[in-house]
Amino acid sequence: MATDRFIAPDYYLLDELLTEEHKLIRDSARAWVKKEVSPIIEDACQKAEFPKHLIKGLAEVGAFGPYIPVEYGGGGLDQISYGLIMQELERGDSGIRSTASVQSSLVMYPIYTYGSEEQRKKFLPKLASGEWMGCFGLTEPDHGSNPGGMVTNIKDDGDHVILNGAKMWISNSPFAQVAVVWAKDEEGVIRGLIVERGMEGFTTPETHNKWSLRASATGELVFDNVRVPKENILPNVKGLKGPLGCLNSARFGISWGAIGAAMDCYDSALRYSKERQQFGRPIGGFQLQQKKLAEMITEITKAQLLTWRLGVLKNENRATPAQISMAKRNNVNMALEIAREARQIHGGMGITGEYPIMRHMMNLESVITYEGTHDIHLLITGMDVTGENAFT
Amino acid sequence: MKILVCISNVPDTTTKITFNSEQTEFNTSGVQFVINPYDEIALTRAIEITEKDGGTVTVLHVGEASADPTIRKALAMGAHDAIRVNAAPRDAWFVANQISNVANGAGYDLILMGRESIDHNGSQMAALVGELMNIPSISICKSLTLEGNKATVDREIEGGKEVAIVETPFIASASEGMAEPRIPNMRGIMSARTKPLNVVEAVAVDTLSEIISYDTPKGRGQVTLVEADNTDKLVELLHTEAKVI
Ligand SMILES: Cc1cc2nc3c(=O)[nH]c(=O)nc-3n(C[C@H](O)[C@H](O)[C@H](O)COP(=O)(O)OP(=O)(O)OC[C@H]3O[C@@H](n4cnc5c(N)ncnc54)[C@H](O)[C@@H]3O)c2cc1C
Repeated sequence: MATDRFIAPDYYLLDELLTEEHKLIRDSARAWVKKEVSPIIEDACQKAEFPKHLIKGLAEVGAFGPYIPVEYGGGGLDQISYGLIMQELERGDSGIRSTASVQSSLVMYPIYTYGSEEQRKKFLPKLASGEWMGCFGLTEPDHGSNPGGMVTNIKDDGDHVILNGAKMWISNSPFAQVAVVWAKDEEGVIRGLIVERGMEGFTTPETHNKWSLRASATGELVFDNVRVPKENILPNVKGLKGPLGCLNSARFGISWGAIGAAMDCYDSALRYSKERQQFGRPIGGFQLQQKKLAEMITEITKAQLLTWRLGVLKNENRATPAQISMAKRNNVNMALEIAREARQIHGGMGITGEYPIMRHMMNLESVITYEGTHDIHLLITGMDVTGENAFT
Repeated sequence: MKILVCISNVPDTTTKITFNSEQTEFNTSGVQFVINPYDEIALTRAIEITEKDGGTVTVLHVGEASADPTIRKALAMGAHDAIRVNAAPRDAWFVANQISNVANGAGYDLILMGRESIDHNGSQMAALVGELMNIPSISICKSLTLEGNKATVDREIEGGKEVAIVETPFIASASEGMAEPRIPNMRGIMSARTKPLNVVEAVAVDTLSEIISYDTPKGRGQVTLVEADNTDKLVELLHTEAKVI
């Protein structure tokens, strides 16, 4: 891959809305991505390998649980810091950001929010340092957009429960030491459990041949009469609101992450349009290309404002799930459209690994599907404004 | 080992440089300022030395409060404390006097800084401070290793390198190669919040230079390629277009 010449667009001087510490955190993550991710990511994606050697660096830049309190190994930072780190990681690659999202919002967040003090102390510091990696098992082969219909279940067995079922499309599953798994108890109530690698009957086959998120490992979680000690059940939540709380946190991060992917595509397209000559002049001088670039920077600027405001609300504990849905839906779609337009600006070069465009574009096809599909988020907004449920 | 690292606050390398309408001042609006990249190398080397052998790294900046984020970054990278001399860095003589005033008698074994700042590129500071403090000053060092109070440095010279051995205390200016600049990590950023940043007032010193005006370099012209064996054409173009012969 060519040298990473990324320059972040900030059309409305939104940096002025950030604190000095926010900027330091973001700039450090940005510098780290330039140094560690950009040079290897194309190759990792072509080979469909998760670059495991990045785990230590990810932990160091604060990508694992930045908003988890310091006493549990987290960063004790605010939500905007979390968003900015996700933005920078996804500027590098959505797969790297996915790994960090899962670790922070889908594994550390539920253990911190719903876990016992013993669980927090046992798991969080090791997850924050990257010594242990985690995954999150909600989706099942027959239950994607409708997770409440899950069939994975636990049965009482004295001081243990017996876990049966299967989860599918699970990011990080092939190498995770810890899985936060959602399953129904004998009364049909959804409970969260921490399943650890090595428990008998627990396997994690990898899903191959993805055309998207190739630098992130995806797999299944298969539970065949797995005996899980009751002390591994998350005591402080019951029902679908458990996993949905995690998704809120992850979706918030994704709405920032998508801006990163969009910025990278825009930046590359802008530079290319100034350098590439056709008919004796830079293609950036043609109106059709300018329309694309002007619309891209407009959409990026709008998305930046949206997430910044959402971050302020989230810091004040006032961001509603529906507001987060709106940002996730808008920003991921925005990024995907920018990736498609940017690919056209790059002409034939746009389909090669010389430029990050096609990789972002393919990655974003997953991002627009996971954590609630584009359609599902629209239904959430629709229900929020009309009061009518159009899901079922 | 007690080390002082001098840092300057410079526009990021991707900045579009513009001036006020009289061309007398650089336009700082919307410009991101960073630690001068050569100073970052010096700072990283200082941190490496204290991590290995113990000691402290103090960063020193001569400048106004607007540079505090840059100083915080230096603390986040691993410096132990910071001093800011509260005055606009008007010229090299002024700054060198402020640095030597802070450093004199403070017991630093080693004073490090970058070979030059990437805005004014004066390359005078290490020599000026060395002279003012009457200690050895070695410029453009590509590496620096310490053994007790003896340091070996590789210096970049025309067409090769020079190896020098020097005893502390001394001043060295860093060039590429002395260290790989460090990226602050989250723990560093968090601990920088509470590290001391002491602001001291400047001593009265005259400035010896004054900036009259700024100008950007002329844009590059179009390139015309002439075949190697077509010298007639070359001569004609030099006559008619370039008008240099
Ligand atoms: C790379 C990748 C990584 C993933 N990682 C994880 C993970 O770590 N953990 C995890 O638990 N899951 C993960 N997922 C799963 C992801 O969350 C699901 O794919 C997603 O929720 C959609 O479910 P589905 O694929 O079963 O699609 P379906 O739910 O079958 O949806 C198919 C289509 O029908 C539409 N649809 C569904 N219901 C409605 C409705 N009521 N009205 C209108 N349209 C509807 C959808 O919008 C979609 O377009 C991952 C997925 C991918 C691709």
